[in-house]
Amino acid sequence: MEIPYTVKPRPDTGLYNAKLGIWLFLASEVMLFGALFSAYILLRVGAAEGTWPKGLLNVPLGTINTLVLITSSITVVMAWVSLKMNQFGKFRVYQAITLLCALGFLGIKSYEYKDKFTHYQIVKSDGTYVDGHMVEKTADHVILDGIEAKQLSEINSPEHGKHPEHKHITVPTSEIKKIGNYGPAHNTYMAIYFTLTGLHALHVIGGALVIAFLWGPGAKMWKTEPERFTNRIEVSGLFWHFVDLVWIFLFPVLYLL
Amino acid sequence: MQHTNQDSHHQEHAHHEPGFWAKYIFSTDHKVIGIQYAITSLIFLFIGFSLIMAMRWQLAYPGKPIPIIGGLLQQALGDAAAGGVMSPDLYNAFGAMHGTIMVFLGIVPLAFAAFGNFVVPLQIGAVDMAFPRINMASYQSFVVGGVIMMVSFFIPGGAAQAGWTSYSPLATIIPTQGQTFWIIGMVFLITSSLLGAVNFIVTIIQMRAPGMNWMRMPFFVWAQFVTAFLLLLAFPPLEAAALMQLMDKVADTSFFLPTGLVISGQVLPISGGGSPLLWQHLFWFLGHPEVYVLILPAMGIVCEVITNNSRKPIWGYKSLVYSSLAIGFLSFIVWAHHMYLTGMGTKISTFFQTTTMIISIPSVIILTCFFISLWGGSIRFNTPMLFCLAFLPMFGIGGLTGLPLGFNYSDIFLHDTYYVIAHFHYIVAPGTIFALFAGIYYWYPKATGRHMSEFWGKVHFWLSLLCMNLIFQPMFVQGMAGLNRRLYDGGATYAGSGEGIIGIPQFFIDLNKMISHAAWLLAIVQIPFIINFFWSIRNGRKVASDNPWDATTLEWQTPTPPPHGNFIEVPNVYRGPYEYSVPGHKADFTPQNEPEPGTHKTAKPSPK
Repeated sequence: MEIPYTVKPRPDTGLYNAKLGIWLFLASEVMLFGALFSAYILLRVGAAEGTWPKGLLNVPLGTINTLVLITSSITVVMAWVSLKMNQFGKFRVYQAITLLCALGFLGIKSYEYKDKFTHYQIVKSDGTYVDGHMVEKTADHVILDGIEAKQLSEINSPEHGKHPEHKHITVPTSEIKKIGNYGPAHNTYMAIYFTLTGLHALHVIGGALVIAFLWGPGAKMWKTEPERFTNRIEVSGLFWHFVDLVWIFLFPVLYLL
Repeated sequence: MQHTNQDSHHQEHAHHEPGFWAKYIFSTDHKVIGIQYAITSLIFLFIGFSLIMAMRWQLAYPGKPIPIIGGLLQQALGDAAAGGVMSPDLYNAFGAMHGTIMVFLGIVPLAFAAFGNFVVPLQIGAVDMAFPRINMASYQSFVVGGVIMMVSFFIPGGAAQAGWTSYSPLATIIPTQGQTFWIIGMVFLITSSLLGAVNFIVTIIQMRAPGMNWMRMPFFVWAQFVTAFLLLLAFPPLEAAALMQLMDKVADTSFFLPTGLVISGQVLPISGGGSPLLWQHLFWFLGHPEVYVLILPAMGIVCEVITNNSRKPIWGYKSLVYSSLAIGFLSFIVWAHHMYLTGMGTKISTFFQTTTMIISIPSVIILTCFFISLWGGSIRFNTPMLFCLAFLPMFGIGGLTGLPLGFNYSDIFLHDTYYVIAHFHYIVAPGTIFALFAGIYYWYPKATGRHMSEFWGKVHFWLSLLCMNLIFQPMFVQGMAGLNRRLYDGGATYAGSGEGIIGIPQFFIDLNKMISHAAWLLAIVQIPFIINFFWSIRNGRKVASDNPWDATTLEWQTPTPPPHGNFIEVPNVYRGPYEYSVPGHKADFTPQNEPEPGTHKTAKPSPK
């Protein structure tokens, strides 16, 4: 028993099975991320005045990550083209760059995550806020490197960068009504930020694992079935492009708007 | 007489027979996977039905110990069933899991995965599904999801309790972990359906036999094709919603929790800012296409059986195809008709009322085509046909009673009453499930080489039809009397004369007893089916030929049961799917792969 069109395209549809399969899978992925983006819109529209942070994320880092992913999108195509031109060595090089880009992206993302988990906000008993990075925490006081504010909107305003210089602020434990870091539980913006970027990071990891497999042990197929192997690179590349494309939407939505 | 079965044994087939595990458990053969899905989902249907039978005791005799299984429940679940009495928490858990199991573990896997897997590749003349190993992974993911759902009954606090719709904030704030299990189980089930949907669409687009162009595909294949698209595109938003609810549950986010949420007099220590409506939108964005996932495969089965047993071409084949495509498209823009009472605004309500009325048109076209197909046919009243004939009025009742729910003003009165329960159960129980029974009786000979007993099939049919109507017809009455669907005691708390604002006359509450007895009777009349199903595998009447129903579609042009790889040679398709009683042809059916009418060996009718 032989399943038809696993390698050669079916004449009337012009597709081989896996290519059609990945496109359908990506359609489903569009709906998955589409639902999360809709959630983002609904939560943002429904957010009370001054509670939706603007300019919180590090735009230069986000820009670098965008460039990293765009580079990887180019190399993933070049890798496929190299195989089409029967240049296996070049394929190895290009795909290695793709993998390095994936690692670089994840590294920068982890740094951004760590930054958020060490960023704290304190609501004091008198209703004012202290917001900044944790310097020291002991039983009787907390020191944050950041700013003080009377209202939440002062912290969340787009002029965040123009705030007075960050300084070390010591808050006695007795004056703390509530303390929490900028984790997902901080507000709905952080919740959707971590959900969207976390799910995207899982996709990056998944895609990178597949590409790494086809770069390493899976590359043996090149010797026996070169055409099928090239198709595999194309299909994994299509997925990789989708992952990049999601980031192209995530970056402006989360960092810039 | 044709016996391709014996022919196939004489052919090469040099590959050695796989062992038991490879053949039945870790099989990549679409037919075996179809049967795996069928048996697993039938078991889940029975479990889901058992839950509601226990709940029906509580509704009919509130607070009394459940006979027979009360002690068992107490042993298995502890305090939730202390003294054999169903506690409110247990009632909620059973209610939530009844819906979840019936929809996601019972009917969808049976209608889509089981029948689709077994029949679709055969009907389009393919050797297997396009991705056999993904097919196996789909089934395994389904089983894992099912096991997680089952395990959740036995964790501390029991299974999910917030209904199959799992509305937040309720689902989030219940302190037990049943909901977490529900979400994780759902992620596996969604993965399973995603893999299945991709596989089905690729198979139907890529693997059609030569000559099998789009308008020669049996309607069943079309129905599965549209269903696969619904699953592919509608499930991911629920997955997104489930992820967010999981975050709410384990990472203390507030996606669905509004600011200032008060539980038992305490303001919850959460950030707030979330939207309960968001969950409902995302849930029903899946939830409504899901309704058509339940009904379209059933319509596909009904089409096959009706045209075969009325010995006529289906009336309006193209209308059926375009109607199913229209349903597929429209089902994505009707979801908020489940949410009229949420206060989402009159403009949005108006939009969804309009689309809801529009989607009833293709449904009515499909039903009309089936009815007209009967006109002037020489009908054979065998068991599958009886189930399909019953499907038509039952689905009709279910569909037409849905119209008042689709309008804002009448929905305000009927929302969340037993009327709603009656409406959708008419569609799903005597509708879809009857069609699924028809499918089982119809394709059983192809899968096993033996018929199920006609006599016990008819007993099963007539008594099931009676019980279904005894159960669901009174619920319309109860609902119109204002009986709410979520009352733990069946409405006893609200008993009254009916003259005040609150107060349901005793008559409507007493109907619960009648309904419950009919439900238990329905369980008893499934026993002939269960015995028939397993007994006939070895002892049923052997099929007289590979095409015992004298059918035209390709699945009957294979050996019985079809071997690995299905067809002895790749079939060529020369004609449409339903050429029955064509004037001038020798037999009253002309198979799709017959080049000249009357020349093919299967054209010889098998002896009755």
